Amino acid sequence: MAGQAVFILGALGLSLLLLSQITTQTVWIEDAKSFPAQPRFWPGVAIAMMVTSFGLHLLLMRRRRPDRLDWVEARRWLEPLEYVLWFMAYVFLVPVAGFLPMSLIFACALTWRLGYRDAGYFWVAALFAVCTVALFKGLLGVKIPGAAVYDALPGTLRSFFILYL
Amino acid sequence: MDILLSAIEVLSRWDVAIALLVGSIGGVAIGAIPGVGPAVAIAILLPATFSMDPIVGLTVLLGIYGSSMFGGAIPAILINTPGTAVNALTTYDGYPMTLRGEGRRALSLAYSASFFGGIFSVICLIALSPLLARVAPMFGSREIFLAALLGIILVIVAHRGQMLMATALTGFGIFLSTVGLEPVKYTRRFTFDQTWLASGVNLIVVVLGLFALSQALVLLTMDDEKVRLTKSRGSLFQGFRELARHPRVATVSAGFGVFMGMIPGVGEFTAQFMSYTSARKMSKTPEAFGQGSAEGLIASETANNAVPAAAMIPLLALGIPGEALTAMMLSVFYVHNVVPGPGLFLYQMDFVVALYLALLLLNVLVVIFLLISTGWLVYLTKIPNRFLGMCILLLSFVGVYSIRNSAVDCAIAAVFGLIGYVLKRLNLPIVPIVLGMVLGGIMEVKLRASMNRVNTPFDFIDRPIAFVIFALIVVILLGTFWRVWRDWVPTDRRSLARKSSDRFARRIAGRKTRHFEIKTKQQRRRRSYDHMGS
Repeated sequence: MAGQAVFILGALGLSLLLLSQITTQTVWIEDAKSFPAQPRFWPGVAIAMMVTSFGLHLLLMRRRRPDRLDWVEARRWLEPLEYVLWFMAYVFLVPVAGFLPMSLIFACALTWRLGYRDAGYFWVAALFAVCTVALFKGLLGVKIPGAAVYDALPGTLRSFFILYL
Repeated sequence: MDILLSAIEVLSRWDVAIALLVGSIGGVAIGAIPGVGPAVAIAILLPATFSMDPIVGLTVLLGIYGSSMFGGAIPAILINTPGTAVNALTTYDGYPMTLRGEGRRALSLAYSASFFGGIFSVICLIALSPLLARVAPMFGSREIFLAALLGIILVIVAHRGQMLMATALTGFGIFLSTVGLEPVKYTRRFTFDQTWLASGVNLIVVVLGLFALSQALVLLTMDDEKVRLTKSRGSLFQGFRELARHPRVATVSAGFGVFMGMIPGVGEFTAQFMSYTSARKMSKTPEAFGQGSAEGLIASETANNAVPAAAMIPLLALGIPGEALTAMMLSVFYVHNVVPGPGLFLYQMDFVVALYLALLLLNVLVVIFLLISTGWLVYLTKIPNRFLGMCILLLSFVGVYSIRNSAVDCAIAAVFGLIGYVLKRLNLPIVPIVLGMVLGGIMEVKLRASMNRVNTPFDFIDRPIAFVIFALIVVILLGTFWRVWRDWVPTDRRSLARKSSDRFARRIAGRKTRHFEIKTKQQRRRRSYDHMGS
C-alpha cells in the first residue's frame, strides 16, 4: 500500500529514538523487590515490542525504499492539518469569546469553507451549534469555563451566560 | 429476590429511565449515519458521563453501544453502506433484497434478528451470573495478569495478515500507559522534563483523538457521496414471523455472538463471519447467500447484536475489556471508584443485575422506536460527509476540553487525530493502541502485585485458573506460530516489470521445451525408422 514504507520507517525511527532514551528517561532502582517492579521494565517491554515488530515488518516488506507514490501519499497526510488548525483556533478562542458565540462562528465558517453555500446548510450548522451548547453545557453541565467577554454583560445575564452558555 | 427488587428500584429512577431512552434512541440515530459509529459517539460522550451516577453513565454508553448496530442496518440494507463497521456483512444480503424491492422486509428481518441476538445474549449473561459470581473471586493478581496478557495476545492474533503491525501498535499503547509518574516509587518515565507529561497521557484524550477527531478529519478530506433511496414494499412486522421459521440459524448465530463476545479481542467481526459461514453450511439454499438470503441476513445481524452484552462479561467479572468500546466504559468505572472485577459480584450485585435489566429493556425500546421511526431515520443517511465531519469536530472539542479545560489536552488529541487519520488511510488497526493502553496499565499493576508472592517461576501457575489461562496462551501462541510457518511465502521483491518479464520468459521457455521435446521424439522415431529401414 502506498505510503506504508514512509510510515514504517518513521515509526521505526521514533521507536529507536525512544529506545536510545530509555536510560535517561527511566530510572533503575537498586532495592526493587523484583525485576518487573523496576520502573524501566514496562517501557522496555513496550519499546522492545515496537522496535522488533516495526523492524520485522520493514524486513519483510516487498519494497523498503519509499518511491514517488509513497511520498504522494505522505503529502496527503498533511491535508487535514488545515482542519487541525481550525480546531486549535476554536480551542483558544472559546475562553475569550465564549462557547456559544464561538460554536456559532466555527460551525458557520467551516460550513462556508467546506463549500456549502446554500442558506439551509448555514441554518442547520447554527442550529447544531446552539443544540450542542444547550445539551452539553446547559443540560449536562460539562465543565467549559465562561468567556472573558461575558464580564462585560450586566449582573444576572452575566451569571446566566457563564453558567449555561 | 432482594437483589432483583433493588435492581428494579435503581432502574425506575427518572434519571436512569431518561438515560435508557437517550442511549437507545441516540444509538440508533448514530448507527444510521454512516461515518459516525458507536466508538466516535461514546468517545465524545464519555467525559459528559463522568458527572453522572455510574449506573446512569453506563446506561447511556451501553445504550449507544447496543443500539447503534440496530441503526447501522438501515444504511447497510437501503444504500449498501454499513452504518457501523460491524454491519458490513448485512450489505451482502440486505442490499440485494432492497434491489428486488423488498427493503422493508429486509429491515424487518434485521430488526427481529438483532432483537433476538440482543435478548439471547442478555439471557446468557443472566444465566452465567451465578457461575461468574463463583469463579470471579478465584481470580487473584496473577490470574488477572494472565487474562490481560491473553487479551493482548488475542487482539494481536485476531488481526490476521497484520499481526506485526498489531503487535507494534499494542506496544505503542503499552508505552503510552507508562508515560508520567510510575505508581510505586513515583519516578518519572519519558516525561522529557515537561510538567504537562508528568500526569501521563490521558486515555480519554487518546481515545477521542484516535476515534472522533481522526474520523472527523477523514470525513472533512473526502468527497460527498450522492445517496439514492429506492422504494420498497412489505411490512416492518413480517420479519418477526419469518425469523420464527429459522430458529436454528438464529440460535446458532446468537451462540457464536455470545461466545466470541466473551473472548477478549475477538468481537463482532469474527462472530458474524463464523455465524454467516455456518448458516450457509446449514442452509438448504446456500447458493442464495449473497443474493438476498433471509438466513444470511439473520445470521449476520443476530451474531453482531449478541456481542455487546457478552462483551460485558470479562469487563464486569475481571475488569478486563475485550475491545475498544468496553475499554472506554472501564474509565467510567474508574472515575466513580467502582472497581469492576470479582468484588463487583460479591458486594454490588444489585448494580450488576440493574445493568442486565437495562440491557434487556434497551432492546425492547430500540425495536419499538425503530418500528415507529424507520421512515424518517432513512433521511439521516443523506447528511453530506464533509458537513458531518464539521459536526464531529465541534463535538470532539466538547469531549476533550471538558475533561480538564486544557488546551494541551486538545493539542494532544489533535496529534492522535492525525495519527488515527494516517492509520485509517493505511488501513491499519487503531484498536490495539487503546487496548494496549488499558491492558498495559492493568498488567503492570497486577504483575508487580503477584511477584511479591512468587518465589519460583512455577509458583506463578500453581493455581488451577492461572494454569488453564497459561496453557491457553501457550496453545494459542503455538497454533499461531505453526499457522504462520505453514502459510509462509518468501517475500517477492522483484519489480512489476521484472515479474512480467520473468513470466513471459517462462512461457517462452515452456514453448521451447515442448518444441524440443517434439523434435527429439520425431528424431528418435526417424532414427528408429531408419534403423528398421536399414
